Amino acid sequence: MRIIKSEEITEAVKDLCIESNYDLPCDIYDAIKKGMGQEVTDLAKETLGVIKENADVAKERKRPICQDTGMAVIFCDVGDEVFVEGNLKEAINKGVALGYKEGYLRKSIVDDPVFDRVNTKDNTPAVIHYDIVPGDQLKITVAPKGFGSENMCQIKMLKPSDGIEGVKNFIMKVVEDAGPNPCPPIVVGVGIGGNFESVALLAKKAMMKDVDVHHPDPRYQAVEEEMLDKINALGIGPAGFGGATTALSLHIETAPTHIAGMPVAVAICCHVARHKEVVL
Amino acid sequence: MIHLTTPLTYEKIKDLKPGDRVSLSGVIYTSRDAAHKRYMGMIEKGEPLPFDLKDATIYFAGPAPAAPGEVIGSCGPTTSYRMDAYSPTLLDHGLRAMIGKGKRNDEVIDAIKRNHGIYFAAIGGAGAVISSSIKKCDVIAFEDLGTEAVRRLEVENMPLVVAISCDGEDLYKIGRKKYLGVKENA
Repeated sequence: MRIIKSEEITEAVKDLCIESNYDLPCDIYDAIKKGMGQEVTDLAKETLGVIKENADVAKERKRPICQDTGMAVIFCDVGDEVFVEGNLKEAINKGVALGYKEGYLRKSIVDDPVFDRVNTKDNTPAVIHYDIVPGDQLKITVAPKGFGSENMCQIKMLKPSDGIEGVKNFIMKVVEDAGPNPCPPIVVGVGIGGNFESVALLAKKAMMKDVDVHHPDPRYQAVEEEMLDKINALGIGPAGFGGATTALSLHIETAPTHIAGMPVAVAICCHVARHKEVVL
Repeated sequence: MIHLTTPLTYEKIKDLKPGDRVSLSGVIYTSRDAAHKRYMGMIEKGEPLPFDLKDATIYFAGPAPAAPGEVIGSCGPTTSYRMDAYSPTLLDHGLRAMIGKGKRNDEVIDAIKRNHGIYFAAIGGAGAVISSSIKKCDVIAFEDLGTEAVRRLEVENMPLVVAISCDGEDLYKIGRKKYLGVKENA
């Protein structure tokens, strides 16, 4: 058994909240730069130029890339030989509260979703996903997610007979419904399989993959490529003003499912596709 | 680039077309979901809003907190369609301009046409750059709402794009068609 102190976890989460909001992942930054070379209209070129400049300014001046510094989504891979001294959930939420305070990040969480909607003032509670994995390490990933794009995500319980065409049609529908709203160029994560609650998580995990990583099965990889091309042929473009760069990447994650079903979830992230991880 | 100064009268905005780049200076007011909901209650009761709506400009935004030495934190636009239920009423009561991002519904477009209003887009997710054009920031109402409080902003050369002109022409429809046309001819 390896003991990890809760203070260490709090400190790590605090730092990850701040860093992820200031510093855009390199692969996304490079994809934006690549998009600039593919645009033909002045407005689309200028818009991508501003998005790139914004990422530069945020990194240099240490300020949030976007004012919507998100709901803090935390993925914890807990090694089965790890013992956390103290309470893991409390340690994470304490780190979120500290990070959002010390990093001058926006507090965007309300307590009751319908009636009261009173801001909790420290951006807690975070959404936390735990996984038990072999080993004596604790991997923490912080992925702040803004709701401009979160509101554009959808789930559909397809039938097995809908096949891959049903999946493709649903992906295109979700992207078309979203249009300019989720701050394109977007990052698309598609989950297929599992069940109702797990397919959304699959889509989120797909969304966080590096731009260059693809599904190991060449059949799904071909669908990833085809869908990315089709989305970029829609013409929605940067900020939805029209252009070539509607999506920077599209990833599929799959899981075993039931004989009667084929759940599909499409997660959309804005161009501020933030995530940072640390291994303790 | 077209330079405009608030208050935005009809005369100043009537010739703007979708896709025009505008550099806006003057006074604008932040308001988003929770503040709009309160405005509706105030209008229903005949109470005055926290600022005069006549020829006013509302910015759909909730900023990040200011770090020491800053006027304001990152302050880009939020998605506008969530305010679609409220915007026609505000336009009918004198609001001239809205700044946000994303599509508006037919009711909003009709209200823009009826009242000679205008809808500008700021670039979503570019909050760090946009905040450099904000020179002064004061909370003037609903302080309890935190980031959703109403703020009076003084802006200089805030970069905007005309999204829906006063005659209801919509960049989110036109821009896509224009790009696809250019691509086809290339």
